[in-house]
Amino acid sequence: MKTIDQFRRKLNTEEDTRALGLEIAEALEPGDVVALIGDLGTGKTALTKYIAEGLGVTGEINSPTFTIVKEYRSGRLPLYHFDVYRLGSGEELLDIGAEEMLDGDGVCVIEWADIVADVLPDDAVAIQLEYGENEGERIAEFL
Amino acid sequence: MKDGRFLTLGIETSCDETAASVVADGRFVMSNVISSQIDIHTAYGGVVPEIASRKHLERINDVIGKALEDAEVSPKEIDLIGVTYGPGLVGALLIGVAAAKAMAYACDIPLVGVNHMHGHIAANYLEHNELEPPFMALIVSGGHTEIVNVPDYNKCEKLGGTRDDAAGEAFDKVARVIGLGYPGGPKIDKAAKEGDPDSIAFKRVYLEQGSLDFSFSGLKTQALNYLNQERQAGREINVNNVAASFQEAVVEVIADKAVMAAERYGQKRIVMAGGVASNSRLRALMEEKAGSRGIDVLKPSPVLCTDNGAMIASAAYYAYRSGVKPDLELDAVPGLEF
Repeated sequence: MKTIDQFRRKLNTEEDTRALGLEIAEALEPGDVVALIGDLGTGKTALTKYIAEGLGVTGEINSPTFTIVKEYRSGRLPLYHFDVYRLGSGEELLDIGAEEMLDGDGVCVIEWADIVADVLPDDAVAIQLEYGENEGERIAEFL
Repeated sequence: MKDGRFLTLGIETSCDETAASVVADGRFVMSNVISSQIDIHTAYGGVVPEIASRKHLERINDVIGKALEDAEVSPKEIDLIGVTYGPGLVGALLIGVAAAKAMAYACDIPLVGVNHMHGHIAANYLEHNELEPPFMALIVSGGHTEIVNVPDYNKCEKLGGTRDDAAGEAFDKVARVIGLGYPGGPKIDKAAKEGDPDSIAFKRVYLEQGSLDFSFSGLKTQALNYLNQERQAGREINVNNVAASFQEAVVEVIADKAVMAAERYGQKRIVMAGGVASNSRLRALMEEKAGSRGIDVLKPSPVLCTDNGAMIASAAYYAYRSGVKPDLELDAVPGLEF
């Protein structure tokens, strides 16, 4: 990944989330892993949508919770969008054949990445999303 | 062939289930083996998906063997094999596809690949033997919320789908945060019967005027906000009321859009499919809303709503009959579209 400044930022609107997503997308290089950590409803899928948009992915990006991973090849780089909410450990992620994708030609964005932290590469970029003080407000922090 | 009936073996391994079934003449279920083990999920208090390729690999031969045995047929009596080749998880799909190809090759049986979503729709041909296209289909499950126009057996036009979470996924997640556990759909359905659907005013999300798409992510956040707010205020949370109000907000939008789609395309029937099609409130509301406009609603029984091999066999039968060429080179396509 190209250098991206450490940040802690308030996301007050959908537009703020989009701006962050596009910024991350621009810095992504083949083999990068973006680990998203945050509770239900903190905007992990929304941020992923905008990273995808920044990569030039066309078509709908929706939640991959049920199938764990969805693959998109219409952008600048292949995008593997994971949601490991239903998994119990990193080993289970490897069981579904994720190794090839983690170490591949594309970019992995992983929701609920804390569940599978033990098998993610050391240079994965971790971003934590939290609820802010006001309704609708989220805090995104580069860990 | 057996007793003059055309036999199709259907194989399904796209996600959690390893399943196989023998179906006669595309309509009559002779066996339906599903290796789901919901009791294991519950024992862990969470979702333990059996999506690992090796789990499918361990089971596939036994499941196919049992499907043949239950139907009391031998492999050489099978006229056609149908297998799900997408959408789904690549490792899981590959097991079914490889098993189907091996058997098709060894026994010289034609093989056709089936789109999993076409399979869900075909589940209705098994339940309702007189049903023929055209009709409108509503597929609602853990992974899908889609409205599909079906002008003919082998034609499906997707008119709308979810832009974020699937309906079943929203049920699962909200069930978890209100402490109902897994599986969320049936648990919320049950709790909602004891609750008041008007007690909490969750906003219905209809998106742009006339849109047939769905969005449930915001509703999930509304539910979370409500819970936080009540906890902070020190008020006790009435789980049944949350379940009922949340469920109503989900199913009302689904029913409205399905009926809108049927009217727009002049369809007199809506067929429901997928796990969430078992939701009792959705079923009731669909009948109410569609019924008042002279539209019939057809629903498969719960066993045919979940992922199964029978629906794949039926879809394969109609694909083959309408001229889809058998293909021994078939490959899994995880991102397969309609």
